[in-house]
Amino acid sequence: MRKLWTCITGFALMFLLMAPSLAMAAKKAAANVVIVADTRRLDGILLWWAQMYNDSHAYFTVLTIIIIPITGCVFGMLADLVMSHIGIDLKHRELAEH
Amino acid sequence: MDWLYILMPISGVNIFWPGLIILGLGVGIIGGFFGMGGAWMVTPGLNILGFPMAFAVGTDMAHMAGKSLISTLRHGKFGNVDYKLGLTMLVGTIVGVELGAQMLMWLERLGSVDKVVRWLYVVLLILMAWMVFHDVALRKKKEREAAARGEELSKTATGIDWASKLHAIRIPPMVHYHNAGIYCSMWLPVVMSLATGWLAGILGIGGGLIRMPALVYLVGCPTHVAVGTDLFEVAISGLYGAASFTFKGRVELVAALIMLVGAAVGAQIGAVATKYIKGYGIRIAFGTAVLGCLASVVLKLIQPMFPAYSSFINGLATVAVLGFVSGISLYIAVRMVQGAKAELAAKRAQQG
Repeated sequence: MRKLWTCITGFALMFLLMAPSLAMAAKKAAANVVIVADTRRLDGILLWWAQMYNDSHAYFTVLTIIIIPITGCVFGMLADLVMSHIGIDLKHRELAEH
Repeated sequence: MDWLYILMPISGVNIFWPGLIILGLGVGIIGGFFGMGGAWMVTPGLNILGFPMAFAVGTDMAHMAGKSLISTLRHGKFGNVDYKLGLTMLVGTIVGVELGAQMLMWLERLGSVDKVVRWLYVVLLILMAWMVFHDVALRKKKEREAAARGEELSKTATGIDWASKLHAIRIPPMVHYHNAGIYCSMWLPVVMSLATGWLAGILGIGGGLIRMPALVYLVGCPTHVAVGTDLFEVAISGLYGAASFTFKGRVELVAALIMLVGAAVGAQIGAVATKYIKGYGIRIAFGTAVLGCLASVVLKLIQPMFPAYSSFINGLATVAVLGFVSGISLYIAVRMVQGAKAELAAKRAQQG
């Protein structure tokens, strides 16, 4: 146990000490990301969506973090309904490692 | 066949949408079963479907939040989520991920860190695979020794038992985590989550792959509770990551929502399958998934060393990832169907 901890601590310290020099040894510029949506080929709901993104990233972000959990919950409940129709017990399980 | 493709409004690429549903289904099954986000499978998958890498990472993060929420709800009903433990770890996870991300950005300012990060990832995956299979071997050894004494090993007995030594460190406040069935210092999950969060931040991954075994081997959670609690963490940290990536303009929400259709079904299959597979079955399958992840990372690492075979190695890495995703998700789905069939048959026999 003590040997294992010594190894783990050693690796962590080695990484902390060596990381900057290793990083400097492998120089490469980071890729740029285009952050404006091209709306010329879009129409309907996709056009509205892309325009909203171009108008305000902050507003788009807020909308995203509201939509994801709501969609997750809705899909989860739908799948739950289907599963419960099969007839298996979805509330109990045996806790055994082997 | 144009109807099978959809133009993504933000990234401007045409994507084969049934591919998104299939990918969502596969990683939904695996994520719900192992308690991880599965970025190592989704990111190359999205890249293959045509997303630029920057969008693949962000979109994966957004879909991961929704998918993990679905799995958490299911695991929660089974009693597999220790919310108190999850909330305790959340502080450490967020601070750790932020520390790791800041450190990564500092390293990036010095130059490219791609190789350093990937090699660190390889070392970590090897350690994890060793830990899982060493644990399985130890458990089998204990079983043989117990059988030689004419006894039967307890159903909750494990091979590696580092957790009980860590539980003996009694730094206040001491907390009882009821669902996990452990009594330990609050600092144990906090420090563990800080360390795993820091590693996840450095590696640019969700962290479920590291946190699940850490919960089992260091905190001492039963495997099923580790899976459920980890998913709770992944859902919250995924949402935080999704917000961060969306603000940076790297999320294609339409794609994430399409993936969620498949993931909703997959997450249920994966979560329900844990009911029919014992803890060590999950651990062995997890070890195999780690080996799959390791193979894909190693192939990506050696690719620049052999420029003449670059496209072949790249293809091999893709086949390795997709092969593992398909193989493991198929195994989990089959076990779930077999388990459900047996349960229904037993019910009918009881009624009849």
